[in-house]
Parts: sequence; structure tokens; C-alpha cells
Amino acid sequence: MRVPYGWMADYCDPGLEPRDLAEQMAMTGTEVERVVTLGPESADGFVIGKAVSVEKHPDADRLNVCQVDVGEGEVRTIVCGAPNVAAGQTVVVALPGAVMPGGMKIKQAKLRGVESNGMICSERELELGEDHDGILVLGDGPAPGTPAAELLPLAEPVLDLEVTPNRTDCFGIYGVAREAHAISGAELAPAPWDGGPIGPGLSSEAGDVERLDDPVGEESTADRIRIIVQDEDLCPRFTARGYTDVKVGPSPLWLKARLIAAGMRPISNVVDITNYVMWLTGQPMHAYDLDLVPEGELVVRRAESGEKVAALDGNEYELSDQMVAVADRNGLAGIGGMMGGSVSEVSETTTTVLMEAANWNGPNLLKTSRDLGLRSEASSRFEKQLHPALTLRAQAVAARLMIEICGATPMTGLVDVAAPAPASEPIRLRAGRVERILGLAIETDRQAEALEMLGFGVERDGEDLVVTVPPDRHYDVTREIDLVEEVGRISDLDRNLPATLPSGAGRPGGLSRQQSLQRRAEDSLRESGFDEMVGWSFTDPAEVERLRLDAADPRSHPVKLANPLSEDQSVMRTILLGSVLGAAQRNLSRGADRVALFESGRVYLPAGEFGPGPLGGDFPGNTRPPSNEPQHLCAVAVGSIDPSSWRGEAGVSDFFALKGVLEHLAGGLGTAVTVERLADGPVQPFLHPGKSGSVLVEGQAIGWIGEVHPLVAAEYDLDGAVAFEIALADLLAASPVGEEAYVDFTPFPPVDRDLAVLVAEEVSAATVVAAVEGSGGELLTGVSVFDVYSGEGVGEGEKSLALRLRFRAPDRTLSDEEIDPLVSGIVESLAGIGGKLRG
Amino acid sequence: MVERIEEIEAEAKAAVEAAGSAAELEDARVKYLGRKAELTGILRGIADLPPEQRGPVGSTGNKVRKGLEAMIEAKVEGLKNAELEKSLAEDRIDVTLPGSPARAVGHLHPITRTRRLIEDVMIGLGYQVMEGPEVEHDYYNFTALNHPEGHPARMLQDTFYVEDDQHEEEVLLRTHTSPMQVRAMEASPPPLFMIVPGKTYRRDSDATHSPMFHQVEGLAVGEKITLADLKGTLLAMLREIFGPDREIRMRPHFFPFTEPSVEFDVSCFRCGGSGSLEDGSRCGLCKGIGWIELGGAGMVDPNVFGFVADTGYDPDHVTGFAFGFGIERIAMLQHNVGDLRLFFDNDVRMLEQFS
Repeated sequence: MRVPYGWMADYCDPGLEPRDLAEQMAMTGTEVERVVTLGPESADGFVIGKAVSVEKHPDADRLNVCQVDVGEGEVRTIVCGAPNVAAGQTVVVALPGAVMPGGMKIKQAKLRGVESNGMICSERELELGEDHDGILVLGDGPAPGTPAAELLPLAEPVLDLEVTPNRTDCFGIYGVAREAHAISGAELAPAPWDGGPIGPGLSSEAGDVERLDDPVGEESTADRIRIIVQDEDLCPRFTARGYTDVKVGPSPLWLKARLIAAGMRPISNVVDITNYVMWLTGQPMHAYDLDLVPEGELVVRRAESGEKVAALDGNEYELSDQMVAVADRNGLAGIGGMMGGSVSEVSETTTTVLMEAANWNGPNLLKTSRDLGLRSEASSRFEKQLHPALTLRAQAVAARLMIEICGATPMTGLVDVAAPAPASEPIRLRAGRVERILGLAIETDRQAEALEMLGFGVERDGEDLVVTVPPDRHYDVTREIDLVEEVGRISDLDRNLPATLPSGAGRPGGLSRQQSLQRRAEDSLRESGFDEMVGWSFTDPAEVERLRLDAADPRSHPVKLANPLSEDQSVMRTILLGSVLGAAQRNLSRGADRVALFESGRVYLPAGEFGPGPLGGDFPGNTRPPSNEPQHLCAVAVGSIDPSSWRGEAGVSDFFALKGVLEHLAGGLGTAVTVERLADGPVQPFLHPGKSGSVLVEGQAIGWIGEVHPLVAAEYDLDGAVAFEIALADLLAASPVGEEAYVDFTPFPPVDRDLAVLVAEEVSAATVVAAVEGSGGELLTGVSVFDVYSGEGVGEGEKSLALRLRFRAPDRTLSDEEIDPLVSGIVESLAGIGGKLRG
Repeated sequence: MVERIEEIEAEAKAAVEAAGSAAELEDARVKYLGRKAELTGILRGIADLPPEQRGPVGSTGNKVRKGLEAMIEAKVEGLKNAELEKSLAEDRIDVTLPGSPARAVGHLHPITRTRRLIEDVMIGLGYQVMEGPEVEHDYYNFTALNHPEGHPARMLQDTFYVEDDQHEEEVLLRTHTSPMQVRAMEASPPPLFMIVPGKTYRRDSDATHSPMFHQVEGLAVGEKITLADLKGTLLAMLREIFGPDREIRMRPHFFPFTEPSVEFDVSCFRCGGSGSLEDGSRCGLCKGIGWIELGGAGMVDPNVFGFVADTGYDPDHVTGFAFGFGIERIAMLQHNVGDLRLFFDNDVRMLEQFS
């Protein structure tokens, strides 16, 4: 909302530098995005001139030599290149010494041999508008030599307010003036609809609007127009007044200047009045050429689905049956609250005008705006829901302007089709409530004063205040708490509010067990040499194919965005691997020779098992979230994790290197993982089928580990990569950290026995270890594989595993006599899986 | 006889002392303590001596023998050590060569580090840390936060919606961490002190806006909580993060789910809040304002409590404050990162700057 300072000062001049006012407004709830100075920084040297004569330049086709009266007695010679310059025009002259917007200083200069003593300015050169086709030609009247700033907003400070959507009152100049009044204490003039000023040079006589409704036998609005509102829910109030003898033409300069300063384009006096009234009161208006409304009837109704309307912006819009339109006998004449139709547009030939000030349903208009992709100054106000009473304010101000500026004769009577006005009950502000909420005591008198300055009606009832809310705050201030806010924001909270901490002891703060273990897990990967990354939650739908996931895989069916920013960020990821491989690819393409990256992040699955805990997607609250969002941990290594040095080159980190990292991670949580091949087929379609496995903890599969399939690696321009991805909550659930129970350890030494076992190539180490563990009895406390051998001395299709068995008893040193039979039992059990002792 | 023994002792001690190698020492041992040694012979022949000599000869002989044995043993040890020292001294390495590199430790992402810092500060103030869903129901993101359907405040946030036909209400990506205010209050009665760090999404992308970013939500509800408590809490937190001299500024603002609402700023830590640097130039960090905008906050709107009345949130008995701010914003300020997008580019040359 652009607020020209001078316009606001018609109603309240806080006597502050615009920047200081901006600061104070920011500290009371209305951010000022910036204060701009419209046009040149200073208005010095810009005067009104009158072109006395215009002749072609003797030596330049495009230049004119003008004699301009700038009130000095003698005329000045000014060379001007504009095609539209002509004798008799009233123009703006920048005299030598004047500084143009952008910093150019005007000097005397010779142009093709002719002395030029100034410059005749265009709208755009003065930053008053867009027009640069020629010089700015003003209406007759102002005397040559008049400072241009008296007519035009030159060097006019304009506050650009960031009005929050609750403050519809501040979408009008008068509302902003009232804010300035409450902030500064400076006097506030009566409202323009209440006898206050309307514009410079307007007689206050014209303000006698009430006279308009005396039935004096003139034409009445109701005789000329019938308004039928079919859908009161969408149009709670529609007011209209007719005008005859309207003289359409350009607006007076002051009005154009104010609109330009506010950021609007002047069009014609009638249209400019609708915009001026909107900017002043916050209530938008629309003007119809009443002669173009067939049979004087307008109907406000829901559009029929597919019904089209040609709007004032030159576009045609197709409406739905959820949208409200204004229709005449022939079809649609406007989109309610959004934009008028071209069918009854006011033009130069218009003489009879109907001024509409209506009230529209905010949420409905917001939706219309979204659906049509169309937003106007009017709809941006209506969508925030205005009070129906504002319509009368706008009509009152418009009537004064129509009489004064367009020489119009108002018809008597206002057509007013209104649903019952929204109920308005006084609000009680209880004593002590302000202090209870703010933590700062403010005297009741001071509270009352603040509210009154903001336009509220206040009555005392003991120590309570009973407050009535003006219509332009009706939807914003509905409860006691809203009054507390109003009092607070006007009470210099920044300076006065103490900084305290909540009282009440005995609150234990802290991380949950799951959260602290999560940190431990992430730290473990960091310690193992991996850099943490944060990938995008959304991804490319084609990632599914890059990872070779088929349609049967639930991960091929991601959560889809209805309005993505781009196709490659249009679905939510179902796996972290794609993000991490992508980051690895980017880093390698930028010159990294190796990467070790991990991500701890969520995947988004349409459905599935929840839990355990928030990291498993089980969040607090009464309603389950719409998708399943478990936290995953994914690590990818390309090249070596270990460093090379003068002592040797570290090899490419392979499956076992990464498995070591995973085991270190599990070990750091006090638990252990196993890696197994649970089925015959590939573990994951994106992994090397021979060098991959499922990750299990306590027998439950929680993820996978393996070499990335060469075809997948190639998709990411990687020569090869190893990766794992696990469901973090499942791993953490197996962790005994913090819950360990001490077990006495034995002072008796262990006895180790080594066995070399020949088994078939396809028998896994885990199978062999399981066979040993299953038959070793209680005294067997450990089995480890310390060597694997195949080749010479071992038969074709066989391998030799070297196992170390550890036996221990809690109460004695074990003898060979005790252990030998145990070993025999183990050997027997190994025979059951085809194993035999190696010679 | 005793004199002879003492002579042998003196002779043997001299020989042991003179021995310069393990071999010479062994020779001396054989000569004086061996089977054919004189002393051995004397001790073996004690039985043949006259009874009155047996005692003195035996005790002297044995004493000398033990003494010599100990002496030799000590000498063996000494010689061994000397030889070890000699061989160690010859076993030289070039100590100037580089050490074997340990596996380099990786790096936590700066967002994680800043998030943990904020968590730890708030834990110290008595808060729990909670997480909530990112794909969320409209109800939690808007309706229960006092943004009714059609409310213009919904327009303030460019929302990503999800294609969904399973639910009556719209499904979306949460635009703030605030939905967890409602979920947390549904789950536990007051008093409640919690923060929610997490990812949030808005349909916006440039150097200062990312379609995905991280926020921290804070919520404190109890019997006597005031706006002044909010100010004190934010001040305590900001001082932990940005230094003990920081000040806070609260500007009234509008959010549908808090009333009164404020935006809060921290005094600039580069210029000390003056807006200009020592050389008189304008501070680039706060753009000469002296304050850095950080986030939004306010007193929980009674309408929000109305949605969780079942768990005991009665606005006449409890009050509360809530706040929210961006983690990236804090991390950018902490580490002088100019472009938000760097956080999601994951270039290791950036990541490895944060140990």
C-alpha cells in the first residue's frame, strides 16, 4: 500500500520525518518496506512553463526551438526533441541547476548551435508515469513560474506499507492517518465521509451529501436501475447511485498526481474517482455507463459454469458456477468484486453514470482470484473481507467528487440491497487481563486512551472497559485478546516490556532416547570419514527408473505434488540413495577424486507400517499423518575412504570397507548387524546382484548394503560406488545403550581352538558360524572367521574357512578333556552342512 | 680355607666386572661357579673337613657363591640393556617423513550443527525436542492454527499441495513447523515446553528463498506465561547463539495463530547494533539498521487452544507463547554464508569447512 505523505497529511500530519514515521509504524505493527521519494530528490528548479512559440530547429529535423514563459518576464529559449510539443501548452520545465531523477543536473547547453536554457520534461523523466512518447502537457490554469511541486507530487515522499491481511483499514489513506494519529498523538481530521477534507481545492460545500437524498422531484436512482442480488451469501451488500450530466474528461492534475504517487494510472475523471475513493477509504468502487445497462437492470448471481465475460483489462474470462458475477439482461457485465466488464465501460461519450460500492464474500473472492489467476486492487481488498457499512462511506465521498470534478448531478436516493449487517457486540476488556497476557501493567486510563485513538468506542465499567469496534476493524478485533494486542502495540512495548523467563520449576528438558541415539549414529558416520549432506525431499519421478525400481515396488509410487515448481522436483523421495548418488556425481564432476557422503533424512511413503517412535514416522497427535515418513540413514563411498600416503596407495573402498563402517555404527550403539542374502534373487534392483545383502538387526531386515549396480552407477556417471541405507528407528530400537545390566565377568582364562573347515563355495560364512554356535553349548562364548582360502590344496568349488572358537567357564579353568568332546560335536554339526575338517 | 674363599671372591668379582660381553661373562661364571670351579669343589668337599671348619667354610662359601650369582645376574641384565640400546640406536628412521594419515574424520552438515546448538540451548531452558510430519493435513497446517478456509493469511504462504484422494481435506507439505503445536497439545496436557526442528516447504526459490528449508518452532504453555516471558526466552536463546551482548527487539506483527503477534530481531553482532562499522562505513550485515530480522512469535491465540480443549487447554487458565525461525538463517549469520542454496548443493568443499 503506497501512501503519499502529503495525502495522509490532509488528515493527520504527525510532524515526523517520513523515515521516523516509518520506524514508528514498524514498531507498532505496520512494516514500511521502504520510503521512496517520487521523482527528483528535490523539487527545486522545476517550474511551470508556457510554450509561447515552437519552431523547427534550423539544423535538426527532430528538434524544436521553443520560447517558454517561466514567469521571469522574458521568455527562455529551450530546445526540445518531443514530437508533441506545441505552442500554447502548459508544461513542466527543469531550469538549469535542477537535478533530474537519477542524478543528471540540467545545464545551459548548445544543441546544434542553439542555446538551450532548460528542459521540458516528460512524465517518465519526472517519474510521474510511464509515458515517454512526448512531454507532459498540463491543463491550462497554473501561472508560468509556479513551482511544479505545488501541482505535481515532485519529491513527494511515499511510504510503501506492508499491510498485514488483518488490517483492512490500512488499505485506505484515512486508516493510515488514524494509525499515525495513534502513534504520534497529532490531531486527526474528520473522515472524508464525515465532513473532512476530500482533496485540495475542493469546496467543503460539496460535502453536503445528505442533501442528495432529499426528494426534490429530480430523477431518482431507483427509477433508473433495478438491482437484484440473487446470492446474498456472496454479495452481502450492493449500493448504487446514478449521476446525470457527467462530463467525462481528464482528472485535475492534483488527482492524477495523487493516483500516480499511489502507483495507479490516471484514466478518466470518473474512473479516477473510483480509484481515488478506494485508496482513501479502503472500499473499492466500480462505475458503469448507465446508458449501456439494458433496461436498467443488474443482477448479482453465481455465474453459470463456462459463462464468459469480457473484462476491463481486455481479457475474456471463463467463470465457474462457484464465482459471483454481475449480469445485465444480455450477459455478464463484470466479475463481482474483481473487475468490471467492458460492455458498460465508462468512455468519453458517457453522460450517465452508475457508481457501485458493493460488499463481497472474502473467502469466495480469494478462491476466484486463485482459480482465475487474476488479482486486482479491488479483489485484494475484498478478499480480506470488508465490512458492508464501508460501502456508504465510499458513496458519500464519491458523490462529492462527482459533483465537483465531473460537474455531475446526482440522482436522489441510493439503491441499497443489503443482507442483515453482521452483528456487533461490545467487547469487555477485563481489568488485569492486559497484564496477564503481556506481563506488563498498563493503567486502565492509558488503555482506554490507546483504544480511543485507534477509533474504538470505550466505556468504563468499574475497572473493566467495554469497547465497541468500528466497522473497518470489525473482522480483526472480535475478542478481548484482540483488544490486548491493540493496547500493547500502542504502548511502546519494545522499550517497556521486561524480559523474564517463565515461572514454574521442575520441567525436565532433554532429548528423547531416540533423539540422543540418532545423534550418536550420525556422529559415528562422521567419525568414519563421511560428510553429512542434506538432499532435497522432492525428486524427479524418473529417479525410480534410474534406480531400476519396477512398478511392483512400493517405492515406485511416490507422494506426488499437485503444484510442483518443476518436473524434476515433483515427487517426494522414497529412498535416499538417489539424492546421495546425485551429490556424489556433482562433487566428482567438479573435481573431487573421491567422496564419502551420508544423509540422515526422511523418505516419504504413501502407506505402510509406522514406528517405532517419531523416527519411524509415528508422531504425536490425534490424526495420523497422511504419509509414512521414516528416517533413513544412507551412506555412499566412491573411491577410497582411507587415505593414501608415501607408504602406499589406499585401495578403492569395497563392500567390506563399507560393511566395516556399518558394523562400527552398530557397535557404537551397543548392538550388531548381520548381512545376509534372504532370498535367491537380487537383494535390490540397484545393487550388484553378487555383492549385496540385506542388513539385519536381531533377525529383522532394516535395510541393504552393497556395491551399486554398474548400470545404475553409470546413470550417475560413477565408475562404481558402495552404499547402504537403513531404517534408523529400527536400528536404534535394538540398541541397549543406557539399559545395559551388569553381568559378572569370569576370572578364569578362555581356551581358544582353531579349526579349518572345508565347505562348498556357496555355503556362507554366516551358515558355518551358525552351525558352530548351534552346537557349541554354553561354554562356547565366541566364534570368528579369521581367514578364507580357496585355491591350491582346496578342491574345486570349495573354500576353506579358518575359525577361532573360544570356550570359557565362569567358575573354572577348562581342561582339554572338557573341550575335546565339544569340538567333536561341532565338527559333527559342520558335517551336517557339508563341512569337513581340512587335513 | 676361609681366606682362600675370600681370595676367590675378590678374583671372581674382578673378573665379572671386567667382562665386556655376554661371552666373557659366561666364561667368568663357568670359571668361578661352574662344576669344575674351585669354589664348587670346596663346597662339595665340606663333608671331608674337620668338624670345626665345616661351619665357617660352608657359610662363607655359600654366601660368596650367592653374592657372585647375583652379581653375574645383574651384570647380564646390564649387558643386555647396553646391547639393546646399541642396536636401537642403530635402528634409525627418518623422523621428518610425513606421518601415516589417520582416516579423515567427516563433517556434520552446518544445518545439523546449528540445529543441535539450538536444541541444546533450549534443552537447557527446560524444553523437550519433538518432531512432526512434513506431509501434513490441511487441518494441522492451517485450520487448527486459526487459518480457516478462505482466510487470506493462507495466501501469505505459497503452499505445495499433494495429489491425494484418500482424505477429505487437502494434503500438503507443511509450510511451517507450527502444525506440531497442535499435535503436541493434542498429545499432552499443559504445562508444555517444547521445540520442533524440521523441514518446511514453500513454493518459492531464489537466493534467500528455498522451496525446502528448516525451521525451529517453540511452544511454551502454562498458567502464567506472558509476552514478557517470550521476550526473556528469546533473548536468552539469542545470547547463547550470538553472544552475551546481544539485545532483542520485538515489533508487533500479525500471525493468525498468535495474538498479540510480533516479529523479533537481534541486535547486529558485527556492528554492535550501531548500524555502522569502526571505519564509519555502513554495516553490510544489518544494512545499517543495527537489527537483524530473525523470526515470528507471539502469544498463542485462544482460538488455537479451542482446538485442543479436550486435553485441558482452557484460555482462561493457561496462556502460552510460540515462536518460529529459520535454521538456515541462523547458520548463514553464524558462518557468513551468502546464498541459501549452498546448503542444499552439498559441495564437499563447502561441507568440509565446518568441522
